[in-house]
Amino acid sequence: MVRFILSKFFYMIVSLFILISVTFVLMKAIPGNPFMSEKAVPPSIQQHLMAKYGLDKPLYEQYLKYLGNLARGDFGISMKMKDQGVSDLIWGSFGPSLRLGIIAIVVSIVVGIGLGMLAALYHRKLIDNVAMILAVIGMSVPSFVLASLLQFYLAQKAGIFKVMGLNGPLDYVLPVMALSAQPIAFIARLARSSMLEVLHSEYIKTAKAKGLAWPIIMWRHVIRNGIMPVVTYVGPMTANIITGSVVIEQIFGIGGLGKIFVSSISNRDYTLIMGVTIFYGIILMVARLLTDIAYAFIDPRIKLSKGKEG
Amino acid sequence: MQPILQVKDLQVSFQVRGGEVKAVRGVNFEVGKGEAVAIVGESGSGKSVTAQTIMRLIPSPPSIIKSGEIIFQGNDLTRKTDKEMEAIRGKDIGMIFQDPMTSLNPTIKVGKQITEGLIKHQNLSAKEAKEQGIEMLKLVGIPNAESRFNQYPHEFSGGMRQRVMIAIALACRPSLLIADEPTTALDVTIQAQILNVMKDMQKKFGTSIILITHDLGVVADMCDRVVVMYAGKVVETGTKWEIFQNPQHPYTRGLLRSMPRLDQKKNEKLIPIIGTPPDLIKPPAGCGFCARCDEAMRICEQVDPEVTQLSDTHMSRCWLLHPMAQEVKSS
Ligand SMILES: Nc1ncnc2c1ncn2[C@@H]1O[C@H](COP(=O)(O)OP(=O)(O)OP(=O)(O)O)[C@@H](O)[C@H]1O
Ligand code: SF4
Ligand SMILES: [Mg+2]
Repeated sequence: MVRFILSKFFYMIVSLFILISVTFVLMKAIPGNPFMSEKAVPPSIQQHLMAKYGLDKPLYEQYLKYLGNLARGDFGISMKMKDQGVSDLIWGSFGPSLRLGIIAIVVSIVVGIGLGMLAALYHRKLIDNVAMILAVIGMSVPSFVLASLLQFYLAQKAGIFKVMGLNGPLDYVLPVMALSAQPIAFIARLARSSMLEVLHSEYIKTAKAKGLAWPIIMWRHVIRNGIMPVVTYVGPMTANIITGSVVIEQIFGIGGLGKIFVSSISNRDYTLIMGVTIFYGIILMVARLLTDIAYAFIDPRIKLSKGKEG
Repeated sequence: MQPILQVKDLQVSFQVRGGEVKAVRGVNFEVGKGEAVAIVGESGSGKSVTAQTIMRLIPSPPSIIKSGEIIFQGNDLTRKTDKEMEAIRGKDIGMIFQDPMTSLNPTIKVGKQITEGLIKHQNLSAKEAKEQGIEMLKLVGIPNAESRFNQYPHEFSGGMRQRVMIAIALACRPSLLIADEPTTALDVTIQAQILNVMKDMQKKFGTSIILITHDLGVVADMCDRVVVMYAGKVVETGTKWEIFQNPQHPYTRGLLRSMPRLDQKKNEKLIPIIGTPPDLIKPPAGCGFCARCDEAMRICEQVDPEVTQLSDTHMSRCWLLHPMAQEVKSS
């Protein structure tokens, strides 16, 4: 198990390194620089600024310096936001995004699995059909469309929620709904089909043949095995919710990481763009790592196939 | 012999979109105490449906018991509630299935899969159940039972898994074991081992066995009596010797000709039964085998043959055995 985790961790570090390098190269390949703006800045000042941020040095030197700083957790200084540290900017705006993201993930998993299970248990009955129609809708409506619809009907018209901002607990409802709809739909379908597969499997027949009571069979044999594939989706779902939040935060006027990210791009704030990109990358990779570990924990076949090698 | 199980005129159907699949259309047979009875017959003849109806393993709907009785130790199982059946399954009747690769839960240690039933039916503590579970593993011939107890199914070979299935099925010492093609999915050498384990257990616990199989070698090796099924009906039953040496139903004869046997002469060829079994949604009015039978007569098409009792133990359902047909033949 330790070996398994270490190898996954090693791959994570390698991918992170690749991500950083690619981001760096892409940033340099984009035409224009942060000090070009509508107002003409005198060349001498530009020169001065470039020197201040080290942009006049050869590329490989800039690259090495950047890597060195990153290793110490230093993302550099924002080029546009009055000399604020990129790390400070990220951490300062991460709170609301993190809360929103975690709530959306939990809601997606709980509601998705619940719906999927109900659909599987009432296979081909009304509940199943309704749940699956909802799932298809949920999968096909983009989150930003849903967000605007929710905003219009539930906030603007019905006045149940506020249109903008993230102050009270109620303010989380609409953004979470918008962010979770797709993952819920996906998880519900995944959980349903895998539960159905388990329900029809031979080992459930074996469990029945032992004379176990149905609730025990459900709990011990069906649910556990049925939700296993859902665990593999937690990684991709995190990605889905993160990308979704970039847009959703804009729509609901939430000052989170997504908002910073968008403004950093329009500002051509190199260091901030790179910082946020890498930060997102780290979250995704950690989510994947945790997914892999969790899966290995619940599915003995994985744990042991790796264990045998070592 | 005192029967432990009597299946009387059992009829089971499945409700499907196209109508009603009459999978089992009046099955009669019995199993004596300590006896091993084979059920043979082509794919789709209703063997598994019969077995799983005894255990009530097929969900209803879609399956319905149209009529019949399943008398087990004096009680009619068809009248039991689901709750009452739970107390019988695993305790009084154990079952093993065809494919040991899929019939164990891949995410639960085999030990726990054995003790589950023990804890439920015999009110054992976890510790006592574990001791008995390890004992069972030893009995079915699994080496290093103590350490194997804590392993997962994927760490076992197919043969070893089928041994585990036998341990599960017999953990509570049921008086009847139903084995639905227990060796079909295994290598030939392993098949023999599994049969030996079953025979040992039968000797040790006096368990009665219903063995569903396609393999007449298996029948010869371990069964006392044979039930031949065709298209949802029992077409012939008898002792092993009556069936092998004196088969009376054309289908039984065809089945014997189509399967390899050890005592076969070198130049004897295997002859498959040509044709396919009838559609069970609209089964024929007469003999189900009519369309494939070389000896079919006019009456076969119209009237279902009656049972002819050939000896105390031997019976067959074929018009050829009817006294009138016999007269025609001899004249
Ligand atoms: N759930 C079901 N719904 C509809 N029809 C079914 C169902 N289960 C079985 N049947 C039908 O019942 C008939 C008997 O099936 P059964 O499984 O008992 O055959 P079998 O004799 O065990 O064959 P095999 O040797 O292939 O295992 C088949 O025609 C099958 O199509
Ligand atoms: S009843 Fe007729 S058709 Fe059926 S097996 Fe006998 S001879 Fe053949
Ligand atoms: Mg079968």
